[in-house]
Amino acid sequence: MSDDLDDLNQIFDAVTPAPDANRRAENIALAQKNYAALQETVDGARPMSNRPMMGLWTGVEKMMTSLTSRAGLTACTALVAVGLIGFSPVGDGLRGTLEQTDVPVIVTPSQIEADLLAEAEMPATAEEQLSDSFVAQSSGTAETLRTSPNVRMKAAPVPQLLEGYRPKKATDLTNDGSYFGTTENLVQSNPNTETYATAPTNPVTVTAETPVSTFSIDVDTASYSVIRNMISTGQVPPADVVRIEEMVNYFTYDYPAPTDGAPFRPSVAVSATPWNPNTQLVTVGLQGALPEIADRPPLNLVFLLDTSGSMNQPNKLPLLKQSFRLMLGQLRPEDQVAIVTYAGSAGRVLDPTPAGERETILAALDQLGAGGSTAGQAGLQQAYATVAEMAQDGDVSRVILATDGDFNVGLNDPEALKAYIAAKRDSGAYLSVLGFGRGNLDDATMQALAQNGNGQAAYIDRLSEAQKVLVDQLTGNLFPIANDVKIQVEFNPATVAEYRLIGYETRALRREDFNNDKVDAGEIGAGHSVTAIYEVTPVGSPTLNDPLRYGSADTAKNESDELGFLRLRYKTPGTDVSELTETPILANTNSEAGFATAIAGFGQLLRGSPYLGDWSYDAAIALANANKGEDPYGYRAEAIQLMRLMSSLSTD
Amino acid sequence: MRQTKVKLMETSDNALALAAADGDAAAFATLLERQYDRLFRLCFRLTGSQAEAEDLTQDICAALPAKLRAYRGEAAFTTWLYRVAVNATHDRRRRSASHAKAAQGWGDWEVNRVATNAETAERLDWLTNAMRALPDDIRDTLALVLDGQTHEAVGTVLSIPAGTVAWRVSEAKKRLAQIQKEEAS
Repeated sequence: MSDDLDDLNQIFDAVTPAPDANRRAENIALAQKNYAALQETVDGARPMSNRPMMGLWTGVEKMMTSLTSRAGLTACTALVAVGLIGFSPVGDGLRGTLEQTDVPVIVTPSQIEADLLAEAEMPATAEEQLSDSFVAQSSGTAETLRTSPNVRMKAAPVPQLLEGYRPKKATDLTNDGSYFGTTENLVQSNPNTETYATAPTNPVTVTAETPVSTFSIDVDTASYSVIRNMISTGQVPPADVVRIEEMVNYFTYDYPAPTDGAPFRPSVAVSATPWNPNTQLVTVGLQGALPEIADRPPLNLVFLLDTSGSMNQPNKLPLLKQSFRLMLGQLRPEDQVAIVTYAGSAGRVLDPTPAGERETILAALDQLGAGGSTAGQAGLQQAYATVAEMAQDGDVSRVILATDGDFNVGLNDPEALKAYIAAKRDSGAYLSVLGFGRGNLDDATMQALAQNGNGQAAYIDRLSEAQKVLVDQLTGNLFPIANDVKIQVEFNPATVAEYRLIGYETRALRREDFNNDKVDAGEIGAGHSVTAIYEVTPVGSPTLNDPLRYGSADTAKNESDELGFLRLRYKTPGTDVSELTETPILANTNSEAGFATAIAGFGQLLRGSPYLGDWSYDAAIALANANKGEDPYGYRAEAIQLMRLMSSLSTD
Repeated sequence: MRQTKVKLMETSDNALALAAADGDAAAFATLLERQYDRLFRLCFRLTGSQAEAEDLTQDICAALPAKLRAYRGEAAFTTWLYRVAVNATHDRRRRSASHAKAAQGWGDWEVNRVATNAETAERLDWLTNAMRALPDDIRDTLALVLDGQTHEAVGTVLSIPAGTVAWRVSEAKKRLAQIQKEEAS
């Protein structure tokens, strides 16, 4: 065997040419030149090499998280901007333009880079462009700084650049950007790959033209938690993140509980609109029944845990483990738990185990480590297979998916995932999604999963949120009492000229979907309350839509003074046929605008809603404070704190 | 005799490389002078063409100073250098789109060979041609093994188990024998 190879080697040696002497000399000279250049670069660049730079960047983040007053942020961000310009290769030019602007500016290094390239191509207009880009950058400052993907910085003058790897001169910026392109002297933060489910704000609708409004209820709370996380770290949440119904439904309200054995009870209240004297708010509240604990069916829970590499952060897998421990204490001995992980390949790490065997479950949990990429689809398949294995008649089966939303292997198209989950929900298993961490949170996918899997999405950013979702509200989150709950409101054109639904943009249904039991909608859990708020303009008040010159086909022909008619459809768990509940909305059910109104107003402020007039965060704070109520867990006080922070962060 | 020499050189190379990584320009010059021919020889075996080998060696020379800063002496310098060379080869292959065609198989290559100029074809003897006909991973393995590296060392360079190296070598022999047979008939 080795003889064969020796023969081959001899032949090879015979045919191997000697290196070309000239090329040899050139190549060695090139290597030595680069070597020498590198030694100089090391000295020159050392203050900006990775470690110290990380320190500076961390410092910026720390500043953003710790400084809350607007003045403080303004001063510091301006300083940072000046600092960045100072470090940039064309700092001179930038400093000049900075002085012309009287607004605080943040210049992201990538922006500088882009502008440098632009300048190199069009020197005559470069200064104007830079100036414009500063103004454009000056809104949403904190956010720009923190979320800019692939932030890249470069040390000031590099003595000599490596030939064959970089442009020949430091000033040669017409190059394709490779001046910034190698990694040795650069800082690259992880790209922010967060995506959010969003839809345009509901418009003001003319009752005479479209009297019926139909939507699915939504008991998710993820949007509120994400917003809280952003605001408390000094970020202004982008409008796309804000789903007002999820903010409103984060809180519980004291709606009257059902008494007649119905799964939930609707209640309607009409109040004056705080932000518009010409309109009224119609608040529809649903209160779910809270069955006795002893009456609840056994639970089969399959935890589908994301243990991919991206989960390896303190606020992800470790928080997930802690949250899981909290919840375990709430389960009863007859409940069963299984754990499936997915990372690279899916695997079942805990076979179905009675919840009473705490030690076994905790031991399996402790062994989890984060690594690999995310095989979301394989994990889901295995989780559904496991839950099917556990299911017995009368049990409630649920897959609880805990992830940072990064489904990067396998099925990663939200539409395809939707179809898969929708097919699976017919088996009767529910799906809840718990989001962890930030940075690659795929809110759109999480929403798609939860909405189509008969479940809800919550975002857990800290242990106290886990406490709320998995302990305080565990019953509601795990025991469904009504499936596919749809709300349809028909407004009376004789009393209501215009209306708009606040929030629920991603939950809109077509009018005909209401009676179609094949169309999926949201679930209500035990003890859940759901709130939807309409802003209505009574007939006779100034309207936003002008009346049609030629009138509509026929005007309202009724004498009723009802504002509208509320229809609800829901399915009792385990059945496929929906039941209908109807309630008129009476004009005289007057009440005070409550805490839900304050939160709805807060959400609209965050979305930049055009319907609020001069109404401000301060007004929202006053309204929320006046309606804070008992607030035993402090959630409402925290919301008011967030409003105060936003009041400070937002521009005048 | 040969073994001892190689061992001595490796020890010495490691020391030189560590000194060079630490900023000793003289050590870097000595190291490069000593390793250049060997590096070129490997590049030739990896590419099968002198022009390609010269260019590949140039790529490696240009990048070597920066890469050397990460050298900590955990692996023998030659092993480390071979890994750099193999990686550079892979980068080069990715860059050249036409390569995929040439390396797909003996038949494809034969078609190409006839089409390319006769001068190049003449310069290469059957072994080199045959090497070019092997799939990339087997050719890389064979090139390293023929360079006198142990299967373990080759495994380290390519980040594969030694068993896989042995399998690839036997696979290479099988294919070479097959090519030889086809040429004879």
